[in-house]
Formats: sequence, C-alpha cells, structure tokens
Amino acid sequence: MTAHLTWNLVSDVRQLLQFPFMVNALRAGTIVAIVAGAIGYFMVLRRESFAGHTLALIGFPGAAGATWLGVNESVGFFGFCVAGALVIAALPADRVREQSAVIGTVQSFALACGLLFVSLYHGFLSGLNDLLFGTIIGVSGTQVRTLLIAGAVVLVVLAVIARPLLFASVDADVARARGVRVRLVGAAFLVLLGIAAAGTSQVTGTLLVFALLVAPAATAVRLTANPYAGVALSIAIAVLVTWLGEGIAYFSPYPIGFWVTTFAFAFFLLASGYRALADRRLAC
Amino acid sequence: MSTADPVVETRDASARRGGRVVWSHVDVTVRAGEFVAVLGPNGVGKSTFLQVVLGLLPVASGAVRVRGEAPGQANRRIGYLPQRHAFAAGTRVRGVDVVRLGWDGDRWGVPLPFGGARSKAARERVDEVVELVGASTFAHRPIGELSGGEQQRLLIAQALVRRPDLLLLDEPLDSLDVTNQASVSALIQQVCRSQGVAVLLVAHDVNPILPYLDQVLYLAHGGAVMGAPEDVITAETLTMLYGTPIDVLQDRTGRLVVVGQPDTHEHH
Repeated sequence: MTAHLTWNLVSDVRQLLQFPFMVNALRAGTIVAIVAGAIGYFMVLRRESFAGHTLALIGFPGAAGATWLGVNESVGFFGFCVAGALVIAALPADRVREQSAVIGTVQSFALACGLLFVSLYHGFLSGLNDLLFGTIIGVSGTQVRTLLIAGAVVLVVLAVIARPLLFASVDADVARARGVRVRLVGAAFLVLLGIAAAGTSQVTGTLLVFALLVAPAATAVRLTANPYAGVALSIAIAVLVTWLGEGIAYFSPYPIGFWVTTFAFAFFLLASGYRALADRRLAC
Repeated sequence: MSTADPVVETRDASARRGGRVVWSHVDVTVRAGEFVAVLGPNGVGKSTFLQVVLGLLPVASGAVRVRGEAPGQANRRIGYLPQRHAFAAGTRVRGVDVVRLGWDGDRWGVPLPFGGARSKAARERVDEVVELVGASTFAHRPIGELSGGEQQRLLIAQALVRRPDLLLLDEPLDSLDVTNQASVSALIQQVCRSQGVAVLLVAHDVNPILPYLDQVLYLAHGGAVMGAPEDVITAETLTMLYGTPIDVLQDRTGRLVVVGQPDTHEHH
C-alpha cells in the first residue's frame, strides 16, 4: 500500500476511494457513527454509560465465540449484545446503579470468556487485536448491509420512543404520572443501546466503542442544552471523527481505533474548555 | 361539567394500602379556583389522597368524583407534581424543554422540525406559561444549573401547560428557603385566581401558605375536616379530629404552631 498524504484534499479523497475495502470502511463507519451519535446522546442523558460499556464488552465473547464455532461474527455481536441488554433491563428498576458491582463482575467474566474462545480457535492471533481495537480492512459488503439494516431499525424505533424516552430520562416521576410507561421505554432503549454497541464494535473494536458512543454525545451536551440540537450535534461529531479517523488511518501506519478515539477526545477537550470559559463568564 | 360542579368530591371515602386502612370517612368538596392545603401528621396519607384523586390507587369504599367522573378518567385535565428531589446539577436540558415535555412528552414519535401550526401553538403555549410563572429570564438555561425555587417555578409551568382544571402539588415548597416558599405560594394563588384552576397542595407546614389559602383539609386516620384555615386550625377541631389533646399556639407574627399531633410512622 503506497499511500501518501498530500496537501491536495481532492486527490487524497480520490486515493481513499479507489479501494473497495476503504469504501466499505467509510460506509460502515458512517452508519455506526450516526447510530452511536444519536443513541449516545440519550445514554449520556440517562447516565447509563456503564451499561453501555458493559454491552460493548459483552459483544467480544459473542464475536469470538461465533468465530470459534464458525458462525458469522455479526451474529455473535448482535446476539450477545441484545441478550445482555435484556438481562440488564430485567434487573430491578432504579437498582441498576446500585448493582454496578454485579455488572462489573459479569463484565470481567465476559472478557475472560472471549479470551477463552480466542485461544480455543487457533490461528486467530490478528483477529484478537481486530476484535478489541478495530480494523480498517475487515469490513465486508455483507457486513455493511447488516449494519445498515440494524442502524435503520434502531433509528426508526428511537424516533418513535424519543419523546417519552426524553421525558422518562429527565424526570421519571412526572413522566410516570403523565402515563409514560417508564420501565418499558427504558428497556426498549437498552435494547437499542445493545444493537448500537454491537454495530459500533465492528468498526472501532470492542474496547473503543466509547469513542463513538460517549465522546461525541458528551461533547454535544457541553455545547448545547437543547435536546434536538444535542442529538444532531452528537451525530455530526461522531460522523466527522469517524471520517477523519478512517481517512488519516489509511495514510498512516497507526490503527484506526487510535485515530478515531484521538479526534473524538480532541473535540471533547475543546468543548470542555469552551464550557468552562462560558460558565465562568456567566458567573461574573 | 358545569362550572358550579365540584372539581373534586369525595363522600365517605376510604383508602387502603397493603390491607391497612390509611384514612376513612373522608368528605371533601373542592370547587374551581379554590386553593386548598392538604395537611396532617406524617404518615396520615396526604400523598395517598392525591393518588386516589388521580386514580393511581382505587378508592377502598365510598365515592370519589373528579370533574364529575371516576378518578383516572380526566387525568389529561390534571396537572400533577409528585413529591421530588431537585434535578441533578449535571442535567443539561433547558427549562423550556422540561416545560414542553408537559405538553406532549407522553406522545409517541417526534414532531417534525418546523412542523407548522401545531408546533407553533405548542411553542406559544410554553412561552405563555413560562411568562405566567415568571421564569422567562432563566427558562433557556439548563435546568440542573437553576436554584430550587427556579426549578419549582418551571415544574409548575410544566404542570400548567395543558390548561388543567386541577393542580395536584405534593410538597412543592419542601426544598425551598423561606423567601422562595412565600413567592412560590403567592404564584400558586395567582395562578389559581387568574386561570380558575383548583389547587390541592400537600404541605407539612401550613405557615408559608397560610396567607394565600382558601381552605385547609386536615386528614386523620378516621376522618377529615375541611374549611377555612381559621375555623379548622384550632385546638377544639384538631383535638376532636385526632382524639388526643392538641394545642394551637400563635406567635406575635401570626405563625401557627400545632402541638401534640400524633405522627404515625407506618409508611413513608
């Protein structure tokens, strides 16, 4: 691969797009970024980042186990993440935060199982790295289609439950009194979160899901308190850091996960700085 | 419903929780535009009373009518503010968004952006109630950064946004300092008068709201007394209601202190 980054942006982009693997990576990255940006906003608002992190990690034994058994990797990711979401949703409401120790214990066991499956499946050495930290060349056309369908389903369901979900997230007691089915909406959201985590894992790797699921949302929340603008901004930032990360990764020897995460972190730092300055000006 | 009909009417009503009678023989009539405080010792079932009016808890015996219908039938016409803690400081959602949730936050789907007359009507109504509760200057800031009094004003706006006939407020003054207790009480009275809304406000201390009230409802295990504050909050009435000697003392500033009322600690 002889890729050279030039100062001519048009020729750089043309270089990128001449390889089908790169087109697939960009397609997959864009899809998961849009979904993660939207779902991430509500996850941050609901303070369910820990649940999101757990669901992302549960995808690892799912994918490793699927590979070991010769099943499609996507099946493992989605199957395990959705099952995990249903288990967390079944925990007594309001106790999820108290049960963080339980979830943490299960989380480490899930990682250990993933490691076992990897070692059972010999000749999988590079696969482990890709599962955990993502790869730019591993996305197939079938996988892009799967991600597209899963992403479309998530966004449609999210749009349907958006208002009750926002109500339940901001003020569960009043929402319940107004007839919102808080428990049902929360469970539905966890399933969406599981699907989003499973999809994102396939691009960023299991351990770096948060680059797209948390960082853009946390950045957006620091820039606006308007929920609709927040969701839009979170999606825009997630897509931007994905394009930047994948583009730079193509021209550099360093892995995609590093670049996407680095750009996401840079945006977060800038937004935090902006917030601190704006708050200080308000206080004066 | 004609305007003369009571908004809330109970006849010999009783409530039961976990097999235990919370209160019984309760006769209450609340009319449009009345500001009523629901009072009584801890654990006597003041919040339970609001839940019965909402139809969240079925009445065990007797009759309860809300706007002439069975409880729960007319909840779209009721603004309810449950007993609550403040929003977490990190809640970065604007006050106007919280008020807007009271308008259509329980509906499925999302409104289309720039969605024509209906969303314009919603925005105008939100602005109107925000103005009414005096929250215009801070309603566009994140609700988590506002003071308890500011948050409470926005929550009252949220409860009012659908033009309810009845407001049920469960200890809305609890987390406020004395100055804010007085100004929020004055606001509730003003809303009551100008919008013709009946208000049932649960309180554990009558003093902050006393100057603004029309009626008080004192709940006891075996009954209830309702009437003008000066008639009900007396040693004779309360002693009879609770069946135990109770004194009502008044200090120089007119503050009432009820001494000797039995706190029942059976539920929280």
